[in-house]
Amino acid sequence: MATGIRDKVVILGMGCSHFGERWDRSAENLAVEAFNECLQDAGIDKAQIQAAWLGTGIETQHLGSGGVPLGVALRLPNIPVSRVENFCASGSEALRGAAYAVASGACDFALAFGVEKLKDTGYGGLPQRPRGPLNDIVWPNISAPGSFAQLASAYRAKHGIDARDLKRAIAHVSVKSHANAVRNPKAHLRKSISMDDAINAPMIAEPLGLYDCCGVSDGAACAILTTPDIASGLGKRDLVAIKALQLAVSSGSEAGHDSWDGSYFQTTRVASARAYEEAGIGRPREQIDLLEVHDCFSITELVTMEDMHISAEGRAAQDVLDGFYDADGTIPCQIDGGLKCFGHPIGATGLRMAYEMYLQMLGRAGARQRTDDPTIGVIHNLGGFPWQNVCSVSVLGRYGA
Amino acid sequence: MRGILSFGAYIPRLRLQREAILRSHSWYDASLSAHGRGERAMCNYDEDAITMAVEAARDCLAGHDAPAVDDLLLASTSLPYASRLNASIVAQALNLPEGIGALDIASSQRGATSALIQALRGGATRSALIVASDHRKSKAASAQELLYGDAAGAMLVGEGEIVAEPLALESRTIDMADHYRGAGAATDTYWEERWIREEGHTAQIPQAISAALHQAGLEAAQIDTFCVALPQKGAAQRIAKLAGIAPDRVHDTLAETVGNAGAAHPLLMLAHALHVSAPGQVLMLVAFGQGVDVLILRTTPALAALPRRAGAQGWLARGKAEDNYMKFLVFNDLLPLERGMRAENDKLTPLSVEYRNRKAVHGFIGGRCGHCGTAQWPRSDVCVNPACGATGTQEDLPFADTPARIMSYTADRLAYTPSPPACYGMVQFEGGGRLMMDFTDVDEDELDVGLALRLSFRIKASDSARGYTRYFWKATVADPLENRHGNGNS
Repeated sequence: MATGIRDKVVILGMGCSHFGERWDRSAENLAVEAFNECLQDAGIDKAQIQAAWLGTGIETQHLGSGGVPLGVALRLPNIPVSRVENFCASGSEALRGAAYAVASGACDFALAFGVEKLKDTGYGGLPQRPRGPLNDIVWPNISAPGSFAQLASAYRAKHGIDARDLKRAIAHVSVKSHANAVRNPKAHLRKSISMDDAINAPMIAEPLGLYDCCGVSDGAACAILTTPDIASGLGKRDLVAIKALQLAVSSGSEAGHDSWDGSYFQTTRVASARAYEEAGIGRPREQIDLLEVHDCFSITELVTMEDMHISAEGRAAQDVLDGFYDADGTIPCQIDGGLKCFGHPIGATGLRMAYEMYLQMLGRAGARQRTDDPTIGVIHNLGGFPWQNVCSVSVLGRYGA
Repeated sequence: MRGILSFGAYIPRLRLQREAILRSHSWYDASLSAHGRGERAMCNYDEDAITMAVEAARDCLAGHDAPAVDDLLLASTSLPYASRLNASIVAQALNLPEGIGALDIASSQRGATSALIQALRGGATRSALIVASDHRKSKAASAQELLYGDAAGAMLVGEGEIVAEPLALESRTIDMADHYRGAGAATDTYWEERWIREEGHTAQIPQAISAALHQAGLEAAQIDTFCVALPQKGAAQRIAKLAGIAPDRVHDTLAETVGNAGAAHPLLMLAHALHVSAPGQVLMLVAFGQGVDVLILRTTPALAALPRRAGAQGWLARGKAEDNYMKFLVFNDLLPLERGMRAENDKLTPLSVEYRNRKAVHGFIGGRCGHCGTAQWPRSDVCVNPACGATGTQEDLPFADTPARIMSYTADRLAYTPSPPACYGMVQFEGGGRLMMDFTDVDEDELDVGLALRLSFRIKASDSARGYTRYFWKATVADPLENRHGNGNS
């Protein structure tokens, strides 16, 4: 009988580069920037790392494929490096691979790495890329905002919400994340915006305007994982442990079967329920202290609040407008600025979220530090399209909590 | 008896206002104002001779069993391929069986009428679907830009419940280059209009009409409807006068609503005329170009019983006035537009992938699970129904004629499209099945969850580097009439 990952693996050290338009830095440079911080934090020697997992999303834009680029960039001494890709959950996949390696006893120290360099395309937004030969023949020329924007149309129709009211709620989502990023020196977009700014911004994909879309950024983040015993033996206190690592992948039913209505993420509902089970969370709205969700677009964050079983279905807009998810609210969501403003270097994103939880639980989050002793944090990544995607939900928390 | 079993037409939704063309050109050539009345049909960016042919053929086959077609003949002077059968694309889109014959008829303004004559002479019992479609290009500030229009027509010929019987089939071939388009050229070159009128129309057409009347044993006065597919203003009336046909028998040439649709125009006009004809009427159809074709037909009582279709009249009524001449230039590739780096995505079509999926892609055939009955696109090895998941149970299920509705949508200004914004969304089919699809011929403000849709065969992408055109189906606003016809998929 599987017992899950809860408290079997702890974070020994983490690092995260500045996110943003890093015109002067290559993906390799960014990897070193994050790795140096991580290694120093962990307090071990590079040679002690026994295996690494590298998460990248669009490797053709920067590192190229395989595990080799990380081995070369960090001069890793011929250890196993596995490159993983699972859309926007690639960073969380790297964390999962490294955590399972430690939990299995195969490694004492494993490295989870995520890096992405997106700003070498010559144009704004995510890079155009092939989606497979048949998909390229039949699919519309879907952009990321165009795919997630459709949640809004189906959500409005299902819940009878006026378009202007929903636009106000998603504007609040972005205004909140912008305000949070002002207090994060590593964030990409550190500028507060007003509700009017968000509502009146140029339209990108109806009903998403410019400020409903997250930043497209360069950046890297990483973690060195070990067992609680080894960490304690190295003198570490206040350990941050992995409580759950769940992944749910579409079976094609949303895209091809009448059972889905387009207004929610089926995989998120499944992955979050499994993660809560694995982490021993029975009442998420009361037990979760911090949330980092995949706010690629404001509407994604709003809908996700329901799919994470925190807001009741059809009630997320009200919770958002009530400030429930603000930095000083009941459960802060994106206290570091989120994808929206910390930025979204795809492969690094899941690990960036873990980095924020790690800092908050160790009291190292500076001006944005929550003072209510955060104990349980939930991380969510969503990759692909609302109708066909991978969803990762991870829980981090104080060891033993 | 052998004759015409059915007819159909297609006219693109966009109708470019001739006034909008003139506004741009009056500084340059004021004489163009002679052609300034009305509007001309204009292909959207995703339409061409193939896509219009498919629509006209579907219109023609409404209520008919498609596999009853034995031969498919496609007439056009603007087919996308010079080598590679174009008719086979139409055949696959219509899901005609592999056992048919198929033929492209290129380069003749009489191609469709000559094919119709051959099919009506027949001899064997084979049925023939003759489709004519033309999307001719023209130079900016040319008369052709104003006179031409894009459209398609179709006729089904065979034995059985015919709606029109042939009374005379007359052809003559005379080598007169009134106009030409050299191989590889984009636009037509015409000689002086007065010469064409005197030595061409006046000298050749009345003689052919006389011969046809003689063949049918009819007098000119017995012609009820006179269809002359000539673009020149007043040409039809002048020829009627020369042939002794009363002016009120001259059928609308569609010059002010469609423009002249080239190789498609004779069948478009015939479809238009048949749609409003009563049983027992005599129609004469004239086509001109390096000779003359004349057909005399008499409608039968079966005409009144033909299943309803959009027809030329239906498509005419669905038009949308387009006042932006720039769109016409851009859609016809007459302007080096800045399309942005997102447009530079390589559009290479893997031909083996397209061929392997030809029924799904061009035929829009999905599957129905024999175990749970779930309709799905594409047909796959394992049923999409999470409660079923049966393997190897699916039968072919066509989706192209299944009514559908919008489940979710967006109007995307980031994604590249030749006609922004890119409108697409989840299309939910009645009776099951759904697909994320492009919308076309839909205005952004029409988009709404629940909007009724029909499917239309369109250009999906053009590989300009290698000259290949990729086709697929898109969703557009439903015709309330067509939405009544399901395919058993509901």
